[in-house]
Amino acid sequence: MNIIDVLIEQSPALIIAIPLLGAFLMPLVSRINSTVRNIFGLLVLCLTGFFVGILASDVLANGPRLYIFGAKDLAVPMVRILFEVDSMSIFMALITMVLAFITLIYSWSFMKDHDGLDKYYTLVLLLITSTLGMELTGDIFNFFVFLEISCIASCALIAFWISEGEALEAAFKYIVVSAIGALFVLFAIGLLYAQYNALNIATLANVLKYTFLDKIILVLLLVVLGMKAGLVPMHMWLPDSYGRAPPSVTLIIMGATLASFYGVLRVIFTLYGNVLSTTMRFSIPLNVLVGWILITLAIISIIVGVAMALVQSDFMRLIGFSAVAEVGYMFLAIGAGIAALGTPYATTALQGGILHLLNDALDIGLLFLVAGAVYYITKKRSLDDISGLARNMKYTTVFFVIGLLAVVGMPPLNGFASKFLIYESVYQLNPILSIVAILCSILMLAVFVKVFYAVFMGPELPAFKNVTEAPRSMLLAMGVVAALMIFIGLFPNLVIDALVKPAADALLNHAQYIGTVVGGV
Amino acid sequence: MIEYIPFIAVVTMIFIGLYAVLFRRNLIKIVIGISIIESGVNLFLITLGYREGGVAPIFTSLPPGTTYPAGMVLPVPQALTLTSIVIGVAVLALMLSLVMHIYRKYGTLDVRKIRRLKE
Amino acid sequence: MSGMSKIVKTSVNILFPLTMIFGLYVIAHGHLTPGGGFQGGAIVASGCAMIVVAYGSKWVFKQIKEKRLSSFESIGGVGFITVALLGLVFSSVFFGNFLAGSNLLFGTTPATGSTGADFNTGGVLPLMNFAVGVKVIAGLFVIVLVMAYASSVKEWDT
Repeated sequence: MNIIDVLIEQSPALIIAIPLLGAFLMPLVSRINSTVRNIFGLLVLCLTGFFVGILASDVLANGPRLYIFGAKDLAVPMVRILFEVDSMSIFMALITMVLAFITLIYSWSFMKDHDGLDKYYTLVLLLITSTLGMELTGDIFNFFVFLEISCIASCALIAFWISEGEALEAAFKYIVVSAIGALFVLFAIGLLYAQYNALNIATLANVLKYTFLDKIILVLLLVVLGMKAGLVPMHMWLPDSYGRAPPSVTLIIMGATLASFYGVLRVIFTLYGNVLSTTMRFSIPLNVLVGWILITLAIISIIVGVAMALVQSDFMRLIGFSAVAEVGYMFLAIGAGIAALGTPYATTALQGGILHLLNDALDIGLLFLVAGAVYYITKKRSLDDISGLARNMKYTTVFFVIGLLAVVGMPPLNGFASKFLIYESVYQLNPILSIVAILCSILMLAVFVKVFYAVFMGPELPAFKNVTEAPRSMLLAMGVVAALMIFIGLFPNLVIDALVKPAADALLNHAQYIGTVVGGV
Repeated sequence: MIEYIPFIAVVTMIFIGLYAVLFRRNLIKIVIGISIIESGVNLFLITLGYREGGVAPIFTSLPPGTTYPAGMVLPVPQALTLTSIVIGVAVLALMLSLVMHIYRKYGTLDVRKIRRLKE
Repeated sequence: MSGMSKIVKTSVNILFPLTMIFGLYVIAHGHLTPGGGFQGGAIVASGCAMIVVAYGSKWVFKQIKEKRLSSFESIGGVGFITVALLGLVFSSVFFGNFLAGSNLLFGTTPATGSTGADFNTGGVLPLMNFAVGVKVIAGLFVIVLVMAYASSVKEWDT
């Protein structure tokens, strides 16, 4: 057995262990000086990224991979913690790593003047660990633990600017909502354990019978994870916390939000995969019922997100509301994919939703980075106080235009590819949904054009006569995101064939996910 | 009937906690409400793990006459509860420190007066 | 918070060592009896909280720096992960129990049945309990100390 095989075999554990070790070492390393700390953070992420990379190449080529903690093989009473990595998990892990790298590079300049940075980087690494853990784990209780770690780390990061009362308020709102949510996830896990004596997602999916308790579990898990992903009736924490967290960490908090979205997918497609199309509820199949509930909430999310974004005057809060709308697009695609399960356009919808997951992370991420750069230079949040920045911040303006065009779905940027897939497939399910989605996209254009004129065009205010371009590491981070977006926009087929199709197939093929664990005993 | 009492207690605790979170105006009382929900969920997990006549799964110092491993309890629910308690401590500490900062900033613990974030 | 009366301080002086010993016992016997790193650590930390209450947080702050406690917490965390990684090195699986049955440190295979407990068993479990214990003692103590200190001073330098 050569060294690469050993590394691939051990990589699911190392992907969690390395950033966790880095997080614990960070306060000690920070004692030396700030340059060593920055290099150490980058080193930890590079090592983690390397393992994610080799694991991705292996999983995409050879199918799901299992990792058992603390033992070489599965004991018969399955009390071991398992990590099960399939194409969908590794796709999410790749997105998280991209966001993590950008966060780290951007933070070098952005957070330079703050103190308490050892704790900042510790929390960032902890959040990355927990997000990766949520995505790779095959054990539902382990998922809960990582969910809680991500709640705690995100909350502490949202409240990082502790001298602002609003940041405290946003953080308190976030921790209350997510603590209660996580407790209900734990309650659902207890119900699952009580019925089936197992905590393993694959084992549970294999024996799930859709009893009365299973309905309660489905509702609890969907409500909580939907809330954590920012779906509408419970979206109110999202603009608050995105708008008040330091913009450098908004990206990685968004990564944790997307991991909750991944949790929704995992619950519906894998945990309830066996019963989804075979069970009838109110004389319609369960998948149609769940799909249409998600579609309804998604449409409301899109409308509410765009409508609320129109009336905001705070730059980052506005982007937060448009993030709610983007989450709505993802849920629309997934809902259509579930409602029409089995038809060819359901697969297209699912692929559109999964590609949009990547695009949402990049688009909204770039807009937050630009908003962060503007805040870094001007120290102002309100759109009314900023004007005419294009003269002195040329690159930032260009990046904002790229983000703007991508987020409304203009060709040739990445947003177009995924939104087109979504419109096309949703149209076949119900044309009205597609029309509403397109109209809201146009309204989103109006929102961002307004922002563009307010912030970058317009008369030059005397206060900003001598502002300079954002620091180099921030420009580098924005440039990397913009380059990725243009690449995906120009060659969407490459990404769809290499990453998105395997991910969608892995979701639909729940028998393979179950068989990897249950067949292996 | 008697075996249902823990479950009734669980549901009661969760509802008391939710009531406190939703209808109390004081931040500290909201935090207490979350702690009560957490205790309810922990009680639920512990109740699941109870087996009549079972012994703790420690292989030494067994009470004479127990059969192992048949007479032992599987400690998974206890492990889950313990993890949940540890996480609960961290969340509680974080929430209380936020409440302290909010009190410093606003001079009040009333949620109606702490509303600088617009809708 | 300033210190309390002489009676309280004297009682704490007597109780504190007992609490410490009990907490450390719970940590050390985590692999034999109910308990372990977190529970024992919480007991020790509550002993420390007793000191904070009796002597006042300002006095305690003069004795021990918050930064030192933070690095103890880091060392605990690093120790835990290191033991888990050593499992990967020696038994080729993360969290692998490479010491169990090796007749080295904590490596005796325990006898089953109605026998007395043997301290020298459990493999890596006691080591992990020690690491978690250090982390929990430092972590909880620093939380209690900083909260007590922050609520006693009038103005914060935020």
